[in-house]
Amino acid sequence: MKFDDAFGIHERALLLRAQRAEVLAANMANADTPGYKARDFDFKAMLANEVDNSSRLRTTQSGHIQTEEGMVPPAQLLYRTPMQPSLDGNTVDTEQEHTAFSANAVEYQATLNFINSKIAGIRKALRGE
Amino acid sequence: MSMFKIFDTAATGMSAQSLRLNLVASNMANADAVSSSIDQTYRARQPVFKAMLDQLNPDGAAAGVKMVGVVESQAPLVQEYAPDHPLANDEGYIFRPNVNMVEEMANMMSATRTYQSNVEVANAAKQLLLATIQMGQ
Repeated sequence: MKFDDAFGIHERALLLRAQRAEVLAANMANADTPGYKARDFDFKAMLANEVDNSSRLRTTQSGHIQTEEGMVPPAQLLYRTPMQPSLDGNTVDTEQEHTAFSANAVEYQATLNFINSKIAGIRKALRGE
Repeated sequence: MSMFKIFDTAATGMSAQSLRLNLVASNMANADAVSSSIDQTYRARQPVFKAMLDQLNPDGAAAGVKMVGVVESQAPLVQEYAPDHPLANDEGYIFRPNVNMVEEMANMMSATRTYQSNVEVANAAKQLLLATIQMGQ
């Protein structure tokens, strides 16, 4: 087992969840901004992308700029389809954002729990008691 | 760590909404401030919000909300014939502000609710960060 891969997919999932929380927080802050379009990203697709690296910048030489792990490229940030369009062009549905944010927070904690169990497992193996 | 940015985002939301509440309070307090000329009469004030974008990454998610200004309502003032009023002009008219109480109440409720959801976002982010700090313990 390589130490880098000790946490498996959960390490990237945690970064992506944190980023999704940030996007949803921005939606809530702009709940009353005229013309603001609510944004979100497809978590499943972005996690798959983190694993196979397909949409991240490739670095073939030492001078190439490396994109951070767990960063969602702007092109992958999608716009929500409003259920009840408002006159001022704002597409934030506070209730929807609220539930999405809470669900994301719970999922973040679930991912943290997975990582914690992995750490506990590694500890146990190291101690050998 | 990007999670810290949520505090900034929620804080911009809270300060924008508190300014809006402030303007609602000002509008309501001045709802009966009559005057003798159109120019001197108080007009209802409304904030103008704009999404704050990351300048290095304008296509990315917004970094919060900012206030770009305060506009005065262009609704017509209420002209009232009251020759006995101490502030009546030469023709006997006084002018009342164009504050719409129903509109202000709705504005107040909307601002309060958005403020609350921003507080909840900040609280949730705090809990998640505290849990992250304790990772592996």
